Amino acid sequence: MPVFMQGNEALFRGAVAAGGRFYAGYPITPSSEIAELAAQELPKLGGVYLQMEDELASIAAVIGASLAGVPAFTATSGPGFSLMQENLGVAYMAEIPCVVINVMRSGPSTGLATMPAQADVMQARWGTHGDHPALALCPASVQECFELSALAFTYSEQLRMPVTVLADEIIGHLREPLEVPVGTPIASRPLPSCPPGDYGTYDTSAGDVPPLGFFGGPHIVHANSSMHDAAGQPTTRRDTALALIRRLQDKVTARSAEFPQRRWYLDDAEWVFVSFGISARASLAAVERLRSRGVAAGLLQIQTVWPFPRDLVREVCRNARGVFVVELSLGQLVGEVERAVMGHAPVHLIAQSDGRPLLPGDICRRAGEVAGDGFDR
Amino acid sequence: MVLTAKDIAGPRDRGWLRYLRSDTFPTFWCAGCGNGVIMQALARSLAARGPAPEQVAVVTGIGCFGKADDYLTTHSLHGTHGRALGFATGIKAARPELVVIALMGDGDCATIGGNHLIHACRRDIGVLAVVSNNLNYGMTGGQFSATTPEGSITSTSPYGHVEPAFDLCALVQGAGASFVARGTCGQPALLRRLFDEALAHPGFAFVEVMTACPTHYGRANRQGDAPKMMRGIAEAYRGKTGVLFRRETAGFSSKYRALQTARKAADGRVGETR
Ligand SMILES: Cc1ncc(C[n+]2csc(CCOP(=O)(O)OP(=O)(O)O)c2C)c(N)n1
Ligand code: SF4
Ligand SMILES: [Mg+2]
Repeated sequence: MPVFMQGNEALFRGAVAAGGRFYAGYPITPSSEIAELAAQELPKLGGVYLQMEDELASIAAVIGASLAGVPAFTATSGPGFSLMQENLGVAYMAEIPCVVINVMRSGPSTGLATMPAQADVMQARWGTHGDHPALALCPASVQECFELSALAFTYSEQLRMPVTVLADEIIGHLREPLEVPVGTPIASRPLPSCPPGDYGTYDTSAGDVPPLGFFGGPHIVHANSSMHDAAGQPTTRRDTALALIRRLQDKVTARSAEFPQRRWYLDDAEWVFVSFGISARASLAAVERLRSRGVAAGLLQIQTVWPFPRDLVREVCRNARGVFVVELSLGQLVGEVERAVMGHAPVHLIAQSDGRPLLPGDICRRAGEVAGDGFDR
Repeated sequence: MVLTAKDIAGPRDRGWLRYLRSDTFPTFWCAGCGNGVIMQALARSLAARGPAPEQVAVVTGIGCFGKADDYLTTHSLHGTHGRALGFATGIKAARPELVVIALMGDGDCATIGGNHLIHACRRDIGVLAVVSNNLNYGMTGGQFSATTPEGSITSTSPYGHVEPAFDLCALVQGAGASFVARGTCGQPALLRRLFDEALAHPGFAFVEVMTACPTHYGRANRQGDAPKMMRGIAEAYRGKTGVLFRRETAGFSSKYRALQTARKAADGRVGETR
């Protein structure tokens, strides 16, 4: 039986279903419902809600709790996501699992604080300094809020890294039916199995993601955000540094094909729309409208924006008559699509950045302006 | 010859050595730096209290004292400049049975991290916060911090510092800390006693150690060599050390645990009536 639920609540419920039991955050529109639910629900489950003094401390507490062995998450929006960036770097570098839900709103700065945008795509990739990996999931429905939030925990524990759930104000505040998935797997951390004395926090002899112990456990963890060796001791060695920086990237990109994406009407599509989140939803409606008029349109819905599915985009778009990238920013996703398509098909941007969503009619019209006669067949 | 922890400790009372990693010695710290004194006193207090290294989590910031985790056998996180208390708060809230210690410089703890400091005091989270207050940023070349005394010469106050300094013990007491103590690096026995008492405290315990940075602050302000500096610091703080404030408290974690238990029970009752 489906339940009627808000996107933000589904993000929270998905996190809890996957085992999330520790939340630390600082309230911010349009994500605050998640904090309120965490305060209400987590204590009942033996979990913890902490309201920290700011987002720097919030993500720090989340990282601390994760090191103590409790799956931990936070939710925020642009200004808070900005404040989290330095300590997110700690989680990437020291390889500490955690989940960050960013319910995107219109910026820059305080911007249009209550209105939607999708302009934090590059921030979710490159927000913290230095070469680092990224994994970001983008829900486009309440159902996907639940499922991708849960999946974020699985990936973060398995890959020992932060995972961003990149929702947006409309999806976060949308209410629609949710079929609560049965048997959502509890995200499990691959724990060390060697004798405690042999354990190194970053020992990769058993695979590219070293098992992580927990504070209080028998395997002593030396988590280090500075450049470090297999034991977690600081080092300036070139070979160690390069191997670590490479491995942090490669552990994610090597699994690119496993991360979810959604294809809609792509098999015979001549006109390919590429979008995510609320804009993917509007694009799907536009595609269906065009289909009803006999236009062979299809949609690649990006559910995993980072690592960017370059091979998939190339495969889907290379023979298209035109590619339309639909997003609520002046153009962030579009650059990645262009890099993937490499000139094999013309790539057009359908963008909007005024705090208002793109409607299906807008998308059809703007695509039609480009396609011209192409749509009349 | 490279000294090991055993050589330094002498023949007696070796229990505390299990908290120190002598394979990473010699330390990064300059000869005469006060940080080693703090570490030995802390290790001795841990040994007296007795938690296994697996039951201890140490968080450091970034700075000279922020290197302390390199020399410990406990669980550790080497984090970011100023945020050690944020990480420590999450660890303690998630696993209250751990002994959680934040080791910070004055820059870490009270300058860039000042907001976290006052909120950790107010929240009364059961973390032992140790600040190695050497009155400047040792790591980055001796610039001034929020504890640099007015008039001092530092690399960024070459004409004398015009801003007044924080009195950290007064600051944290005002912010609601339930245990406030001050010692100096010239008085290891006093430090030992302060750490013993701080580790037994269930709420937020703040221990300020006035310490010597002979390389930067000492040299810039003509305070002599390390032994002279240590004696000078002990002299300057005579009558201002010891446990300065303490009040009875349950601490954050036991209050939160009671809340969890009550909510679980209430939730169970809702289920029964359905
Ligand atoms: C966000 C940030 N800003 C600046 C720095 C550079 N930095 C590293 S350590 C430090 C000051 C250290 O001073 P303190 O905390 O007093 O420790 P000490 O070296 O004196 O022990 C600074 C400014 C940094 N690492 N991170
Ligand atoms: S620079 Fe100062 S604080 Fe840093 S190790 Fe040297 S003496 Fe100690
Ligand atoms: Mg200092």
